[in-house]
Amino acid sequence: MDKKYKVIVGLGSCGIAAGGLKVMEAIKAKLVAMGVAVVLDETGCMGMCYKEVLVEIINPDGKSYIYGNVTPDKVDQIFDAHIGQGQPVTEMVVQGSDISTNEDSFFAKQQRIVLQRCGKINPESLDEAIAMDAYKAIEKALKTMTPEQVAEEVLASGLRGRGGAGFPTGMKWKFAAASKGDKKYIICNADEGDPGAFMDRSVLEGDPHAVLEGMMIAGYAIGADEAYIYARAEYPIAIKRLKIAIKAAEERGFLGKNVMGTSFNFKIKIKEGAGAFVCGEETALISSIEGKRGMPKIRPPFPAQSGLFAKPTNINNVETYANVAYIILNGAASYNKYGTEKSKGTKVFALAGKIARGGLVEVPMGVSLKDVIYEIGGGTSSGKPFKAVQMGGPSGGCIPANLLDTIIDYDSVNKTGAIMGSGGMIVMDEDNCMVDIARYFLSFTQSESCGKCTFCKIGTNRMLEILTRLTKGEGREGDIELLEELADQIRRNALCGLGQTAPNPVLTTLKYFRHEYEAHIKDKKCPAKQCRPLIKYLILEDKCVGCTACSRVCPVKAISGAPKKAHTIDSSICTKCGACKEKCRFSAIVID
Amino acid sequence: MSNCNCCCSQESKYFEKLESILKNYEGKESDLIPILQDIQAAYGYLPEDVLNKMCEKTGMFQTQVMGVATFYSQFRLQPTGEHVIKICFGTACHVNGAEKVADALADELKVKFGGTTEDGKFTLETVACLGCCSLAPVIMIDEEAYGRLTPDSARNIIREYYATGRA
Repeated sequence: MDKKYKVIVGLGSCGIAAGGLKVMEAIKAKLVAMGVAVVLDETGCMGMCYKEVLVEIINPDGKSYIYGNVTPDKVDQIFDAHIGQGQPVTEMVVQGSDISTNEDSFFAKQQRIVLQRCGKINPESLDEAIAMDAYKAIEKALKTMTPEQVAEEVLASGLRGRGGAGFPTGMKWKFAAASKGDKKYIICNADEGDPGAFMDRSVLEGDPHAVLEGMMIAGYAIGADEAYIYARAEYPIAIKRLKIAIKAAEERGFLGKNVMGTSFNFKIKIKEGAGAFVCGEETALISSIEGKRGMPKIRPPFPAQSGLFAKPTNINNVETYANVAYIILNGAASYNKYGTEKSKGTKVFALAGKIARGGLVEVPMGVSLKDVIYEIGGGTSSGKPFKAVQMGGPSGGCIPANLLDTIIDYDSVNKTGAIMGSGGMIVMDEDNCMVDIARYFLSFTQSESCGKCTFCKIGTNRMLEILTRLTKGEGREGDIELLEELADQIRRNALCGLGQTAPNPVLTTLKYFRHEYEAHIKDKKCPAKQCRPLIKYLILEDKCVGCTACSRVCPVKAISGAPKKAHTIDSSICTKCGACKEKCRFSAIVID
Repeated sequence: MSNCNCCCSQESKYFEKLESILKNYEGKESDLIPILQDIQAAYGYLPEDVLNKMCEKTGMFQTQVMGVATFYSQFRLQPTGEHVIKICFGTACHVNGAEKVADALADELKVKFGGTTEDGKFTLETVACLGCCSLAPVIMIDEEAYGRLTPDSARNIIREYYATGRA
């Protein structure tokens, strides 16, 4: 058989947002114009979000080349050279079989288990997934293992819940398996609500079958025959691909009655969330599936005893389920060889913020934060000094530069005051104000508080008020102590995880950047020069050449001055939008 | 309905969409959120009269329906403008200057967050995270994402919409 070139376009959400569909159209047109037959396919997230749009070309001999930053107008050049003349355009290749590139270190320290098929297969093709071992683990479990053995294997692997809290998954399954009941449920928490986190979305978009298979294995282990995936409605592509994957699996006899010819029955339904962060909490999520307001309940009873519709229920998140098939297929020992003593396997992170190479990365537990941020991420995007990395979203905290040797495992990260969380990793440089970051997260948790318990509902409000006045230059003596007292009360007394962890962003920034809080209160200054009420834009007379670029861009006409003469900013009108500073080519505008 | 002066044929047409939505559900409590999602997809928002009719048909209580409709941020009780602008306030966007982009858009459109422009063309909203963090700061207009924005480039997108007649 004649082998053809294979062309794969990355069409995860990031790729589409960066213009992937337009690139796809351009490639289709180009191929028609060239009159060559190639296999054109699409895939999910390849990981290098910072180089989107990504296009992979696989030669007939199997060598592969990934092109980065592809735009429709580069398609001609790439295809004429690579497919027309058999010469890859090396300077545009970000990863290639026989080329070394500047981007190779992005993958060097990664270990892909959860993401093994992500970016490699067409997520809408069951056959491509099967060709890479999908559904072999459930077959092995159903045909050669008892449910107890399955739970035992997962327990032995050391897998802990990847939603953030890190409870041992095998233990959770055993509790649900031990609960008596004629009906049990499996739920997949795909309500990835942390702002700045996109791991689960990428897995669902890139390899939905990995999640379905993990849920099936869990269902077999606990004795459930029905499952729900609770997915954010904001993830339309993930939901679409899940629906396609479920339908394909049903048609193939992998889902439904008598799975793979055994007596195991399993069906999976999708429930679209409606936009409430608190629904990431398991009891709130259950209330939401039941059609109620998504408000948490006091545990016990735990869902393993009384969950969805008051039946025993096992809930894990997307990434947790996506680990399971690997464990069952390859055995616990081949999984727990990765990681540290108490944190086994790998963890997927969404690397974003002021990072040079933002994207989706999967590393073995035990690598250091420095490895992830510098070796993989390439340091800050601005080139300015690194200040902190935020882990765990609104429930987590900021880890400063001097703790970058911290290794990634649940316990080491917890010691810093942050949490592993679901995998958001936001890098900040010296221009980011830590008081502002704390205010940002509190404004998020405060608006997402469901309002059920007083400590969270009122406590987060009071904390937000204080943080807001600090960033406005209205801080008072005693505000720091008041923040600490409120944080302590909320942490100990709030009903659910949302409230209990809401103070973390404040506590960690207080712990590591207390001087910034003090500067806001005592000196009414923002050391990072970010809090607008505390800064002033000034034009340096000796540097200004009077080009008028700033006065033309100022939206409120706060800048005056004759052409070729130094300009001035009227700070009573200035809204501190920064447009002038961005426009100035002479570095004549500074922030005081 | 003996003294009904409304145009009944039109009224029944208005509720036809609701009727066909309800055909897909048994009307159990656990159907409520999907029903509301379908209503919003069909009508663009959750009109009060449609919700009342839905309660009549399913036997759900208005308090229960409003409780759910106001709890989740996805549901709108007011119609939107022709285009909906979602400004991402995710962490990655925040640290990359989303606030300045947001202020520029609010100023350009002369509208507050959550509001609709006087000409009914744009509704300006903020959202927790659009998930394309590597393109921060990002906005989404209807289904199209615009990334790596500055206050200036964000204003230009709006001007482009008006200049090219898309708005």
